Amino acid sequence: MAFLDRTARSFFLAELVSGMGLTFSYMFKPRATINYPHEKTPLSPRFRGEHALRRYPNGEERCIACKLCEAVCPALAITIEAEPREDGSRRTTRYDIDMTKCIYCGLCQEACPVDAIVEGPNFEFTTETREELFYNKEKLLANGDRWEPLLAANLAADAPYR
Amino acid sequence: MTLPATTTGTTTAPEHQIKPYTMNFGPQHPAAHGVLRLVLEMDGEVVERADPHIGLLHRGTEKLIEYKTYMQAVPYFDRLDYVSPMCMEHTFALAVEKLLGVTAPKRAQYIRVLFAEVTRVLNHLLTLTTFALDVGAITPSLWGFQEREKLMDFYERVSGARLHSNYFRPGGVHQDLPAGLADDLRAYFRTFPRFVDDLEGLLTNNRIFKQRLVDVGIVSSEDALDWGFSGPMLRGSNVAWDLRKSQPYDRYDEFDFDVPVGLTGDCYARYLVRVEEMRQSTRIILQALDKLAVTDGPVMVNDRKVSPPPRGEMKRSMEALIHHFKLYTEGYHVPPGETYTATEAPKGEFAVYLVSDGSNKPYRCKIRSPGFAHLQAMDFMGKGHMLADAVAIIGSMDIVFGEIDR
Repeated sequence: MAFLDRTARSFFLAELVSGMGLTFSYMFKPRATINYPHEKTPLSPRFRGEHALRRYPNGEERCIACKLCEAVCPALAITIEAEPREDGSRRTTRYDIDMTKCIYCGLCQEACPVDAIVEGPNFEFTTETREELFYNKEKLLANGDRWEPLLAANLAADAPYR
Repeated sequence: MTLPATTTGTTTAPEHQIKPYTMNFGPQHPAAHGVLRLVLEMDGEVVERADPHIGLLHRGTEKLIEYKTYMQAVPYFDRLDYVSPMCMEHTFALAVEKLLGVTAPKRAQYIRVLFAEVTRVLNHLLTLTTFALDVGAITPSLWGFQEREKLMDFYERVSGARLHSNYFRPGGVHQDLPAGLADDLRAYFRTFPRFVDDLEGLLTNNRIFKQRLVDVGIVSSEDALDWGFSGPMLRGSNVAWDLRKSQPYDRYDEFDFDVPVGLTGDCYARYLVRVEEMRQSTRIILQALDKLAVTDGPVMVNDRKVSPPPRGEMKRSMEALIHHFKLYTEGYHVPPGETYTATEAPKGEFAVYLVSDGSNKPYRCKIRSPGFAHLQAMDFMGKGHMLADAVAIIGSMDIVFGEIDR
């Protein structure tokens, strides 16, 4: 009986037909793709994307040049130089991130004691030249200004877990 | 190739002979799974000798880790087997914990089991579907990658990155599961077996698929043990060896799951083992979620010399701030000693041989990758098979070059 069953299945291409049926049934499933540049999937508050340097609400930059991020960076992508500002507060004179070296591990934002350097939700920062990916302080602060509402919301959402 | 000799007369010498010729398979061949360069000596279409040339993805990870603190070394492990990143971190975390003499809290261990199994599913989804792609079936890879996408969303929600998660740390895990993730995982993995059924519906009984796999690349259990196989490669050859059962780490002993074993040792058996492992992983994941629901507590050891203080504490307490600064600059010092710690990664026994000299950086970190042991068997597995079968054998080995070249 088993032999007959097997022969019949083999003769009528049972597994191929059922496979085609399965493929056909998938045609009626809801579509899985999205229209990317116009539609995007949601990102979690923990997402580690492009870096940004944040400011306090009064416009003062947060970074105090403690260089923890520079020390912890496994890829040695961060370079910081610092000296006292005219008003005596310690600030960076140079804050560079080589985005081509960065491995987006998130250790810099973990290390930062004042939540100044963060990895934001932006992942669309491709450039046409390599040089454009050597971010300096100006660029990072501009990123911070651009993404601040989202950055603050993400930090607040993730705060209970940190 | 010898042509049929004339039977008339006494001479049986062949009329002419084609010399075996050498062929490069890869490193840019789409079926070579990354940067494998296989130098094949071919007799016609039959492989006489297969010589894998590796090293094209060598990044010197082991040496780099000697110059990084233990905390900085974790992201390097993500990049070894980039298809199952969290399992690599898991081994390193366990090795460092062993040297430090700390044990991760219960909740952290459950989270690690949970995500190690999610990673296993993630890995097998890629392996099986690209394996099917190698032997001519395109649809499974399209479906499988759709499921992978959902799993990588879970990765992203828990760790912040879809692949290079940097999540399992020595002493626990980085952060607790965000609210709602456990429910979503449960909802997903309740329906996941149905997807495995669909995948099997396309492949398992399909005659084309079977013709390409059955009796191809047979490895006997003795050979598998002699060549240092592990994981699904070993289990496919009828050796029931699983480190999760034989030397359980991180509370795997509390979980109820079976170890699938293939009887024939061919590519098809290895395929079946991996399919069944996905089902068993689903079982473990659902159990882990049940256990997590009733386990509260920290997810990182409460030892300020190893784990950074919570952010709120760091902002208020001077002592916590000092610990924070110490940990993120100097890191922690690990007592002198050495350990060989192995885990059951999706590809097999992934192990770290870690030597510490008491400083804040590993003295030596040897990485034992299962793929390396499997690839060396390419010669005897491929011998006598057709060129197209070599592709099937490579597919069934689950080769990922990040871990082989390191």
